[in-house]
Amino acid sequence: MRGQGRKESLSDSRDLDGSYDQLTGHPPGPTKKALKQRFLKLLPCCGPQALPSVSENSVEDEFELSTVCHRPEGLEQLQEQTKFTRKELQVLYRGFKNECPSGIVNEENFKQIYSQFFPQGDSSTYATFLFNAFDTNHDGSVSFEDFVAGLSVILRGTIDDRLNWAFNLYDLNKDGCITKEEMLDIMKSIYDMMGKYTYPALREEAPREHVESFFQKMDRNKDGVVTIEEFIESCQKDENIMRSMKLFDNVI
Amino acid sequence: MAAGVAAWLPFARAAAIGWMPVANCPMPLAPADKNKRQDELIVLNVSGRRFQTWRTTLERYPDTLLGSTEKEFFFNEDTKEYFFDRDPEVFRCVLNFYRTGKLHYPRYECISAYDDELAFYGILPEIIGDCCYEEYKDRKRENAERLMDDNDSENNQESMPSLSFRQTMWRAFENPHTSTLALVFYYVTGFFIAVSVITNVVETVPCGTVPGSKELPCGERYSVAFFCLDTACVMIFTVEYLLRLFAAPSRYRFIRSVMSIIDVVAIMPYYIGLVMTNNEDVSGAFVTLRVFRVFRIFKFSRHSQGLRILGYTLKSCASELGFLLFSLTMAIIIFATVMFYAEKGSSASKFTSIPASFWYTIVTMTTLGYGDMVPKTIAGKIFGSICSLSGVLVIALPVPVIVSNFSRIYHQNQRADKRRAQKKARLARIRVAKTGSSNAYLHSKRNGLLNEALELMGTPEEEHMGKSTSLIESQHHHLLHCLEKTTNHEFIDEQMFEQNCMESSMQNYPSTRSPSLSSHPGLTTTCCSRRNKKTTHLPNSNLPATRLRSMQELSTIHIQGSEQPSLTTSRSSLNLKADDGLRPNCKTSQITTAIISIPTPPALTPEGESRPPPASPGPNTNIPSVASNVVKVSAL
Repeated sequence: MRGQGRKESLSDSRDLDGSYDQLTGHPPGPTKKALKQRFLKLLPCCGPQALPSVSENSVEDEFELSTVCHRPEGLEQLQEQTKFTRKELQVLYRGFKNECPSGIVNEENFKQIYSQFFPQGDSSTYATFLFNAFDTNHDGSVSFEDFVAGLSVILRGTIDDRLNWAFNLYDLNKDGCITKEEMLDIMKSIYDMMGKYTYPALREEAPREHVESFFQKMDRNKDGVVTIEEFIESCQKDENIMRSMKLFDNVI
Repeated sequence: MAAGVAAWLPFARAAAIGWMPVANCPMPLAPADKNKRQDELIVLNVSGRRFQTWRTTLERYPDTLLGSTEKEFFFNEDTKEYFFDRDPEVFRCVLNFYRTGKLHYPRYECISAYDDELAFYGILPEIIGDCCYEEYKDRKRENAERLMDDNDSENNQESMPSLSFRQTMWRAFENPHTSTLALVFYYVTGFFIAVSVITNVVETVPCGTVPGSKELPCGERYSVAFFCLDTACVMIFTVEYLLRLFAAPSRYRFIRSVMSIIDVVAIMPYYIGLVMTNNEDVSGAFVTLRVFRVFRIFKFSRHSQGLRILGYTLKSCASELGFLLFSLTMAIIIFATVMFYAEKGSSASKFTSIPASFWYTIVTMTTLGYGDMVPKTIAGKIFGSICSLSGVLVIALPVPVIVSNFSRIYHQNQRADKRRAQKKARLARIRVAKTGSSNAYLHSKRNGLLNEALELMGTPEEEHMGKSTSLIESQHHHLLHCLEKTTNHEFIDEQMFEQNCMESSMQNYPSTRSPSLSSHPGLTTTCCSRRNKKTTHLPNSNLPATRLRSMQELSTIHIQGSEQPSLTTSRSSLNLKADDGLRPNCKTSQITTAIISIPTPPALTPEGESRPPPASPGPNTNIPSVASNVVKVSAL
């Protein structure tokens, strides 16, 4: 019965407390916010730092500079900068552009794409770390060049390059060494991706224990942090890690 | 996993680099890419329109036709492309599904055509994206309702020879057009309902004075007459109720249904009145009970479709009605309070309390304005006018919703009836086409005989005899001919068969219905059960002797033209005709009472004659497939 679809509209009390616009059904926020910001921009006291927040509401603010369309550099330049062949770059770009028509990935998008590969668990934290690792210039978005540069290191770089890249991933604050807290965050994010239904069941202390064993292996001078040299040295001594690094040779 | 994201799988695998250094165990081996071919363009030729896409795009969904090796069946070696003889418009949507991961439903497309295409390409319709899903579901539901409607009406028209007495009775009650008796019963009960209601009404009319006393209502003046009438009506209603109760397939459900409750409420007061004596204490309650007699008028809803639709509408608009009531109540309370306090000051005000003001508010809001309560103070008048204005608004808002609902349901019903009427005409036309094809076979058989005769005689005139048929037709006819030879029976047309049936039945067998005649589920009528059905059709309809199974009064279609092929065959053994010899499990009839008779000119089968079916030893009879629901227009 078509009448039943209307039951929701009668039982909604959202229209009474002003949290959504009766006409369009959207929260009344963005239009009001846009007007307010446009007003604020007219005032001399508000400088350009107000602008970045504007561009985040890119869906509603059509009258702002929103539709950012980023085009990558030419194929030849990318071929020089990365170790991919022309065809590989073409395939990569087609996939990239399909998912992100505007040419850049922001963190939300990135997390969403990555979460589709891990349906059971929560991969958002790890995706954030990845995003920060790919976003080399820290501007909050990953363009195709960043993307392909990162992939080039992982898939076509030497073992040392790859280890470097992994270290960069682990070092959350980019200060050149991995502390136990950073490692714990990383470990928790990896375990989060497993989700709830694992065998054997995940215990609370599992990440911490794993971190302890990692530090035992990696931290040579037992100073509580792992530097890049310690990291690379310990990894080169570990056969498993070396072998697993070779897995990336055949991904594309 | 969405298709578009499949392109990001290399990235996801690369991102696993973060796990390697922390892993304690060795990693599993990676799957080898066996045929690492470069991505290539595939050309898909759909009815001439060429689509091109990457092979990997199609391989995103390996469990569909295009994504699996099934498409190799459609590969055309000469042109090196995949050719599909299907609709290119729908293919556009299908291919977009592979590209974007979202399946859209174009609104201009017919729902069953679209479903067929999806089924062909192996795509589940559930994947349709949210943007188009609602539209798709709505159209699908309408289509399903239409199909169900058609099925229902057909089921009503088929005769199931093995109905028990109880089931026939129930069908007669539910559908009065199925038999004369049911129709008579229907009208009789309708008449008595009307009589009963009118009696109730007339009972209270003052009837003229008896000298010496005051004016009496008719009910008391002619109390005996009215009592007799009432008794008669209640008798009829009771009998009807008991019969329905007996015939109902599920008595428990019947008792709980609305109509049966109305029936019970209509007849209960009478019995209660019989049981109770003229006790002064209870006679007050007794009078109240008599009010329930007016519920008999609701029994008319069995007789009127419009009334049923109204009831159904009210039921389906329950939420709107509830809203209307609720908002009215709110408004009434508010305005009654306001008016009460506004009029409190004025002397001799009728607004003695808030509940007393309710009456004023209701009368004002519905713009009735009796005038028995009127505000006298200025504040009262101001608020009174606001009250009447708001009343108009509050009532006018939900009413169009109810009206539009009623209109939609009513039109749906109209459309259903119209479809049923149209369907008969359509089926008739289709039948003409079909008999055309079967007649073609018989025609060509005759010509074939002539051919053989001529060949025997050795004349060259055989050339211009049988060459008018196409290759397909001649192959089909050959096939039917082979079937005839296999079973040693021959095809004839229906006219002949009916005559033969008639003649054979004159001779023998008491009339028993043999329900074993049709064991074939798809073909549910035998020629002979058809006869039995004919006995019960309406006297005032002008149905010709046709295969038309509908017994609707409203049928005015004469199919007669199609039933008089101009040819007569020279053979007249008792055979059944099969319109398509391609059904592997059909055998021709094994009716053994073979009567050779000279074919009389085709005549309409006389109506109303009850002909017993000839007993058939074999359970598998090939029924004239005209009775089936399968309508085949092509010759094959």
